[in-house]
Order: sequence, then structure tokens, then C-alpha cells
Amino acid sequence: MSPRLAAAFAKDRPALVTFVTAGDPTPDATGAILDALVAGGADVIELGMPFTDPMADGPAIQAANIRSLAAGTRTADILSIAAAFRARHPDVPLVLMGYANPMLRRGPDWFAEAAAAAGVDGVICVDIPPEEDDALGPELRARGIDPIRLATPTTDAARLPQVLDGASGFLYYVSVAGITGLQQAAQGSIDQAVARLKATTDLPVAVGFGVRTPEQAAAIGAVADGVVVGSAIVELVAQHGADAPAAVRTYVQSLSEAIASSRKVIR
Amino acid sequence: MNAPNTFPNTFKAQPDERGHFGQFGGRYVAETLMPLILDLEREYRAAKADPAFAAQFDDLMEHYVGRPSPLYHAERLSAAVREGAEPGMGAQVWFKRDELNHTGAHKINNCIGQILLAIRMGKTRIIAETGAGQHGVATAAVCARFGLPCVIYMGAKDVARQQPNVFRMKLLGAEVRPVTSGAQTLSDAMNEGLRDWVANVHDTFYIIGTAAGPHPYPELVRDFQSIIGREARAQLLDRTGKLPDLLVAAIGGGSNAIGLFHPFLDDPSVGMLGVEAAGHGLEGSEHAASLAGGFPGVLHGNKTYLLQDEDGQIAEGHSISAGLDYPGIGPEHAWLRDIGRVEYTNATDVEALDAFQLLCRTEGIIPALEPAHAIAAVAKRARTMRDDQIILANLCGRGDKDIFTVADALGVAI
Repeated sequence: MSPRLAAAFAKDRPALVTFVTAGDPTPDATGAILDALVAGGADVIELGMPFTDPMADGPAIQAANIRSLAAGTRTADILSIAAAFRARHPDVPLVLMGYANPMLRRGPDWFAEAAAAAGVDGVICVDIPPEEDDALGPELRARGIDPIRLATPTTDAARLPQVLDGASGFLYYVSVAGITGLQQAAQGSIDQAVARLKATTDLPVAVGFGVRTPEQAAAIGAVADGVVVGSAIVELVAQHGADAPAAVRTYVQSLSEAIASSRKVIR
Repeated sequence: MNAPNTFPNTFKAQPDERGHFGQFGGRYVAETLMPLILDLEREYRAAKADPAFAAQFDDLMEHYVGRPSPLYHAERLSAAVREGAEPGMGAQVWFKRDELNHTGAHKINNCIGQILLAIRMGKTRIIAETGAGQHGVATAAVCARFGLPCVIYMGAKDVARQQPNVFRMKLLGAEVRPVTSGAQTLSDAMNEGLRDWVANVHDTFYIIGTAAGPHPYPELVRDFQSIIGREARAQLLDRTGKLPDLLVAAIGGGSNAIGLFHPFLDDPSVGMLGVEAAGHGLEGSEHAASLAGGFPGVLHGNKTYLLQDEDGQIAEGHSISAGLDYPGIGPEHAWLRDIGRVEYTNATDVEALDAFQLLCRTEGIIPALEPAHAIAAVAKRARTMRDDQIILANLCGRGDKDIFTVADALGVAI
């Protein structure tokens, strides 16, 4: 596992994993938003790669993709944003998240090499399931980048070993069968699912999809190794545009504090 | 292009067990959908081996769809395209009349097969995407026939240009949801269908309309549509004692074409020509010819040729035919093109409009704009073939739905 990701999940509190779309509202504005995530207490940064056809995303992240592409964001810009982030924050893990086509366009070797050069620790590709791992997985592993796998409510016990085979970094539990940002799962079902996953793997388990409030984040943090928040932050960017960093920082801080205190109480 | 002696023993052994046609196809879907895709594959294998499934499919094909569709020798069209050809040249043109099917196109063949699978799997809700509306109408029809609720996703732009089909779907009891994201056409409707499906996997079956999407869809859609080629092969042998020299079919996603081609793939004397939509011409970006103007990539669950930029962002296709206006193509066509078994060409909006009118005037048949692209290619190619040779083209849809678009393109107010 990437040493930065390992360290982020080895803290005495659950990790706060935060997502924004690269190039939203413009490529130049993303750096300050990423800094605000870190300043607010984010432990892992997911940098979304915009795509014209984000079929697993709900309205908030779809709109972010459209804003980013309309601002002219290119793959080279995303890699520059990542490299600049790495230079400013040598210890904060950075994960690229997106869809297969932009990652594979110039070949898996090219993408893995470019991501490694930019200091990327992990890659989440929404539409490369374990069955298609050889499209990108070997090239990422060869360069020490963690291919991060997703488990969902439809991933049953029989299938789970296949999802875990070749997974590294952390396991991302998508807590609702659906698209990003809309509903939230019942806490009871999250508790059960995380217990089931943690009985099967030593990888840290981070839970996302539909997490919005500090209270929700705290409740998930009480059982999981990490909490993923995306759409709610993306909506702040939509609302505040280039002035988003202050609002993002305040919001992320509220999540971070809630997660930290919740785990102390539970423990 | 491969030399013939490097061809495999059979072209019908694809896809492999992972759903790959050479480097194309596969199962590039979100994890939420993966277990369902695997279930579907298991259920499809079981259905394929079940004589009761085949019997029910065949019965509905005969008595509900109206199969077999006729095979028709278009003698006046043949004579028209022979004009100006060298002496002894100008092939005979025959049509497989799938426009005479119930609901007016080949789409119903696939919808019957898939709704029977949905019922086998205990699913109680059907969703589908549609471009021109033919697949939406066919899906709405089979849902009414089997009493299942039905949601059709359709790009808002297509809703506007295909109003008659929108009304047909509503009459048949379907809910039509206009999609306002992206270019508001077929590709966006498919995104929205996938979003619905991922949120409703427990009770919902997605009837994909073309031979694309994640495995096993390209395979099962091909198998259901292959009734076109099986019938045509038997009918032409019966009528002429010969196999065709050339098969021609229009290609958006490619389901009518693969349905015609597949049963002939291992007949080495049979040439095949797929016709993509060249829109305003291949020199610009206003076309939908993903083989001629695209590159391999991953979209909507499969790897195939896609219209895209150098960063892998998907381009918006354009065609006067809403049914061909898709930036990708079924993965089996991508494979057949790369190995050289099938030739692919294209026809522009203008050529399709000319061919549309030519068929109206010579044969008294109003074709859909999709097969009008195939007819345009037939007219060109027939002149280069001998007059004892046979072209068999798929007339995959009728043009009632398109008369407003055609009138508009011809500057006629109706």
C-alpha cells in the first residue's frame, strides 16, 4: 500500500476522505480548493477526473463535470493540478477518481506513468470492475499506485473475494445502490456491511455515497476506517465558484471535528 | 486488412467467456451492476438451453411480431440503379422486409427476447433508452403485452424531433422521461438508463436496444436479432438457389446489421457492408461514423470504437437519423472491422435523403432514415457488380416516423 495512504488510515481516528472535481470551476481554481480540504482536516484527497459521460454520478457531480470541461480542463491540466498539490503537500495522499475512457485514451502505461510522476497514490476507476482489471491494474501496480476497489450493497459474500483480490490502498464501500449524492443508507445497514467487510479484509474500509452532515459522518466514523464526502463539497464549489475555499474549509472542518470526537466517545 | 487465409475457422465463436470480441466488448460497469450482469449471463445461458424459452420466443415472433418477414426482389429499384452502369453491370437488389414487423422495425425481435428473460429473472419493472423512438415503442409494446411498468429514457432533442413515437409510447402505457443532460440524444439517454438501473437493480430489467453495452448484451441482442439473417438465408436459397453476394445494413449501434450478418459470417462467398451515418460529412465533426472517425475506447459498459477527442472525452455524434446518432458501435462490429471480415462505409444525410426518395418512387415503400443510409450504399455499390449478382439489404424500419424530419429537410411545410 502507498505509504501515504497507510499513514492516513493509521491515525487514531477515522480518515476523512474528500472529493472534488478537477478543473471545477476552472483548472486554476482547483489548487486553492484542495488546500482548503487539507486545511479543514481532510486526510485523503480524491481528485475527480471530469468526463463527458459520468454515468455513475448524480446531478451535483454531473454538473461539476460539465463546468470543468466547459472551462477547458484537459488531462494535462488534471495531472498538473496533482503534481502541484504533491509539491505543496508532500504527505497528504492523493487519489484520482474517474472513468475508464479518459484514463485509457493514451494507453494504460502512459496513464500509470503520468499519474506516478504526478505523485498520485491511488486510482479509483468507476467502470473497471475486477473482471476487467487487466485493462489498467497491472500498469498501476507496477508503479506502486494502489488500484482502489469499490464494494456495494450488491457485492455478496460469494463475490467479495474477487473484489478484494488485487485491491489495495483501501476498500471504498458504496453504501447505497445508486448514483452519487442522492440518498443516504440507513445507518444500521452500513454498520452491518462494514462489519462484514472488515471480517474479510485487512484493508481499511471507507464508506461513501450520500454523506452530508457532520452527524452522519460521525456515525459512520464510529464503525468504519474512513468517511467519504463528495457531492456536498462539490455543491459548495458550485455555489461559491472561485470563492469556494473559505466555505469548503469551514464545512470540511465541521466534518473532521465530528469524526474525531465521535470515535473518541465510542472508544 | 487480413488476407483470407489468415481467417479463423469460424467467425461465430465470439465472444469469449469474458464477453470479449478480440480486444473489444467486455464488462466495463460499476460494481453495483456487476452481480446483476453475471446473473443475466447465467439466466441467458439457461434460457438458451431451454426448449420452452425458444418455443415461446418463436410463437411470439410468428403471431405477435408477424414473422417471417418477407424477402422482396426490388426490381424497379434494381433497374433504376442499373441506369448508367456499364453493360452487364448492376446487381439485383433484394430487401429483407423487417420494416413490416409489428411496431415498424427490427427492434421488436430483441425486445421480445429480453422481456422473456426479464420475466424468467422475476423482474417487475422495465427500463430502456431510445434514440429515434423505435426501440422505445417496441419496448413499450412488449411491456403492455406482458403487463409490466415501463420507463423510457429519451434525449430531450430526440423527444422534440420524434413526437409521433413519443405519443405512441405514451399510448402503449410507457412513461417517457426526457433527458436534458449532455447533447440530449441517445448517448445521454443511455447514461440515464444506467443511472436508473444502478439505483433499482433489485426489481428492474434494462432492455438495451442495440448490440452494445456490457456482456452479455451484445451477444444476446445479436442472437435475438439473428432471426433476420437466418430467415433471409433460407428465403434467398429457396427463391434463387444462391447465397447473396453482398449483404448491406445501416449501423448506429449495429443490431440490425449484426442480426443480418451473423448467420452468414462463415459463408466465405458472402461479402458484407455496414453503413455508418456520415451526417454532414466525415471531414468535419458533424457525423456519427465511429469506425471511420473514431478510436477504441470504453463507454456504456463495453470497449469499442468511439467518437472522442485526444483526452478521451466523448464527442457528440450527428445524423439526420436519430437512430444512428450515437458516438459508439457494437463491439462485434469493431472486431469484424479490425479482422477484415466485414467492410464498413458511410452515407451522408444528403445521400440518405436521396435514397429515401428513390425507394419511395421506385418501389412504393417509405423507408426509415436509418435503412435509407443502407439504400444509398446499395445504389452506389450495385453499379460496380455484375447483373447476375445479388445484394441483400436489410430494410430495418419504416419511415412513418420520419416524414416530418424529411419534409423539414426538403423545405416542405406539412
